[in-house]
Amino acid sequence: MSIKLEHINYIYGNDTANPVHATNDVSLEIKDGEFVGLMGHTGSGKSTLIQHFNGLIRPTSGNIYYNGKNISDEDFSMKQLRQKVGLVFQYPEHQLFEVTVFDDVCFGPKNLGLSKEEIKEKAKQALALVGLDESYYERSPFELSGGQKRRVAIAGVLAMEPEILILDEPTAGLDPKGRDDILSMISHLHKEKKITIILVSHSMEDIANYAQRIIVMDKGQVKFDGTPKEVFSHYKELEQIGLAAPQVTYIVNQLKEHGWDINTHITTLEEAKKEILKLWKQRKHI
Amino acid sequence: MIRDITIGQYYATDSPIHKLDPRTKLAGTMIYIISLFSTKGILGYILGAIFLLSIIKISKVPLSFIVRGLKAIVILLLISVSFNIFLTPGEVIFQIWKLKATKEGIIVAAYMATRLIFLIMGSSVMTLTTTPNDLTDGLEKALGFLKKIKVPVHEIAMMMSIALRFIPILIEETDKIMKAQMARGADFETGGVIKKAKSMIPILVPLFVSAFRRATDLAMAMEARCYRGGEGRTKMKPLVYKKCDGIAYSILFIYLLCMIGLRFI
Repeated sequence: MSIKLEHINYIYGNDTANPVHATNDVSLEIKDGEFVGLMGHTGSGKSTLIQHFNGLIRPTSGNIYYNGKNISDEDFSMKQLRQKVGLVFQYPEHQLFEVTVFDDVCFGPKNLGLSKEEIKEKAKQALALVGLDESYYERSPFELSGGQKRRVAIAGVLAMEPEILILDEPTAGLDPKGRDDILSMISHLHKEKKITIILVSHSMEDIANYAQRIIVMDKGQVKFDGTPKEVFSHYKELEQIGLAAPQVTYIVNQLKEHGWDINTHITTLEEAKKEILKLWKQRKHI
Repeated sequence: MIRDITIGQYYATDSPIHKLDPRTKLAGTMIYIISLFSTKGILGYILGAIFLLSIIKISKVPLSFIVRGLKAIVILLLISVSFNIFLTPGEVIFQIWKLKATKEGIIVAAYMATRLIFLIMGSSVMTLTTTPNDLTDGLEKALGFLKKIKVPVHEIAMMMSIALRFIPILIEETDKIMKAQMARGADFETGGVIKKAKSMIPILVPLFVSAFRRATDLAMAMEARCYRGGEGRTKMKPLVYKKCDGIAYSILFIYLLCMIGLRFI
C-alpha cells in the first residue's frame, strides 16, 4: 500500500497573463502506516499537492500511482480512490449541509452505495472515533461549537473508512483544548486503526510531537524530506523559507552555545526535559 | 471548473488601456456603442472592427479571452438572426416550410449580428481592463449629478462593488465545497436531471451558509470602521484625469466623427 508521485507539476491559470507554478517536479512516496507531517509557508504548494493524492486535481504533467496503479488510467476508479484516500480540507465544517449530525456523517458512505445498515454502522463508528456520543446524533450541525463541528466533518470522512487520511491544518482556528483533542484523536487513529496520516500544519510543535517523517515544501518543491530530527537540524534554512523549528530546538541550541554538552537533535518537550534534567544532575554531582 | 465566466473578470496585466481612468473607459464604451448604432454601410463596420481590434491589441488582452465572452450570447444571437432573416419582407431567396428567407433579411441579420458581437466584445474589453472597484468608482463619480435629485448613487455603487467583489469569492468557495464533497464520494457528473439537481444540495447549503456568514462579517467590519454611507466620505485615491485620458478622449471623438461621417458617403 503506497502512494507514489512522480515528477508532479501543476500550473494554475495556464491561459492567463500570470500562470502560477504551484508544484514543481515533486516526486515522493508515502508508505503504508506512516505519519507524515507536511510543512510549508502559505503559497508553498502544499494544499495543491494534497489534492493530487485523491485525484481531485490532475497534474499538468507527471504520474501518480496508488498501489502501483496509475490513477489517470481510464479504468481506474476515482470513487474507490477517494474512499481509500480520505481528504479533510481546511475548515472542513464549511462543508456540512444536512439537517442532523448523523445524516451528514452518512453522506460519504451513502455515496459509496452501501446498504442502509452498513451506512448507519459506519457513521456510528466514525462518530465514536471522534468522540461524539449518541446525544449529538439528532442535533443540527449548525448549532454545535467550532470544535464539535470540525469533529463532525472529520467523522464524515472517517465514515468512508479510508486507509490514508490527509488533514489540511485540522487545528486551525481552534482553542488549545480543541487542538489537543483533535491531535490526540488523529494520533489514536494512526496507532490503533493503523491509518496512514498526512498532516498539514503550521505548528512545528504539533508536527514534532506526532510525525515520524516531515516533508517541507518551498516554492512548489520538496525542500526537505526526513525524520523530524534530520529536518529540524536545518532550522536555520527553515527560517529562511518562513518556517521555524520547535522552540525546544532553539533552547537546546542556545544551551549548547553557552557551553552545555547537550544533544541538539531534540524536537519535543519531553525529550528536552529528560536531557536537561540528566545534565543538571550530572552537574550537581561534580 | 467554473473558470469560463469572462464577464466581470479582470485580466491583470499592464497596458495603456489598463491605466486609463475608469470614467474614460466607461465613456469610451458608450461612445463605441453609439457609433455602432449611428453608422451605416460596410465601411462603418470595417472602421468599427479596426478600432476595436486595435484597442484589444493595445490592451494586451488575448483575443481568445474576449471571444470566450461571446459564448453567453450565442443563443440570443441565433434567435435574433433567424427572426431577422425570416421576418424581413423583401426578395425571397429560399424557403423552409412557410418561412421565407429574404435577401434584405440576410443583410439586416448580418449587420445586426456584427453589431451585437462588437457590442459585447467592446464591453468585455472594458470589464477585462478595469478592476470592478475602479469601475464602480468611475460609475459613482460619473453619475454623481444624480445625487441632486436624491438618487443614492454612493449606496448603489457600494452595493455593486460589494456584489462584484463577492463573485470571485463565491466561485472559489463553490470550488472548495465541491472538492470537499467530492472527497466524500459525491458525484456531480452522472445521473439524470433530478439526480443532478439533488446533488446540488450538498453544495448550495454550505454555500448559502458561508455567504451569509461573510455578509454579516463584512457588515460588522464596515460598522467597526464607522461606515455610515456616502455623506461627507472622502476617497483614498480620488479619480483624476491624466494626460492619457485627454488623448483617449480626442481619439474617441475623432473616431465618432468618422463613424457618423461615413453615414453620408
